[in-house]
Amino acid sequence: MTHNLILRVIAKFLIPLIIVFALYVQFHGDFGPGGGFQAGVILSAAIILYTLVFGLDAAEQIIPPTILRLFASMGVLLYIGVGVITIFLGGNYLDYSVLGSTQIAGQHLGILLVELGVGISVFSVMLIIFFSFAGRGKT
Amino acid sequence: MIDLVINISLLTFLAITAVAIVRMTNLFAIIMLFGMFSLLTAALFVVMDAVDVAFTEAAVGAGISTVLMITTLALTKDQDEKHPGCHRPWLPLAVVIVTGAALVYGTLDIPAFGDPDAPAQTHVAPYYLEKSIPETGVPNVVTSVLASYRGFDTLGEIVVVFTAGIAVLLLIGGRHSTSKNKKNKREENDA
Repeated sequence: MTHNLILRVIAKFLIPLIIVFALYVQFHGDFGPGGGFQAGVILSAAIILYTLVFGLDAAEQIIPPTILRLFASMGVLLYIGVGVITIFLGGNYLDYSVLGSTQIAGQHLGILLVELGVGISVFSVMLIIFFSFAGRGKT
Repeated sequence: MIDLVINISLLTFLAITAVAIVRMTNLFAIIMLFGMFSLLTAALFVVMDAVDVAFTEAAVGAGISTVLMITTLALTKDQDEKHPGCHRPWLPLAVVIVTGAALVYGTLDIPAFGDPDAPAQTHVAPYYLEKSIPETGVPNVVTSVLASYRGFDTLGEIVVVFTAGIAVLLLIGGRHSTSKNKKNKREENDA
């Protein structure tokens, strides 16, 4: 697999496009189809493509498993944290309206942050699962 | 009219794929067909205007889960074992036919597709559709429902995903020993 020239060139061309598309899906989810879950999966697909073409060791140098575990928890914590902040600002849990000066601004910020948490967490968990399976049986 | 043609051809392809999956014994080919099945399902969702669901189905069902199944296959073997002699299809066939008939009978009570009087359309959906823009300012109602109105549900979902990741890590994850081995090997080589 590692000496497949066409595969490597095409993968190098495609991976940045996939990453940009993932970011678009993440931050354009308010206006079009998509959101954190889909963006996380697409972003992890980019890294999985990289792993399939360049090998697991090269991929783990880009994103070390320890960082992935940290990210997976950070995403969930970001989600929970937004809820806790809204409590401290005087609202209910996950009531984003108190986050901004107006209700709409608050909702917008809250949804953005929450979707970001979902995206980070899904991205990391998908890669954790993939790396676990791919690294299994290798000594 | 065009929707009908697309629906019929997609469902035909779905049925063909399902039959092919059942009849095959090469697990690698079956996984590929599973991917195709998910992609066809995603296309069906697009026809039904459920773009967000189609998006997820295409990314997760056709993409990630296919890759995960293949990596699982790499750890096992890629041929289904034949069990000669003990194959009696009649009882399973009867169970499948009865269950299928019950399900088809159940669909007769389901409201028609897009029926405005269906319970799903009359309960909270009108509120979301009317209030989403003035209350959240988010044009995509799916996003505002998922992240804001149903924020607790989404929190639960993401915790489920997180738990799945932890479970996989605990069961088969971690290459700590491997990286240590490598370091040891490197040190040995240096020495």
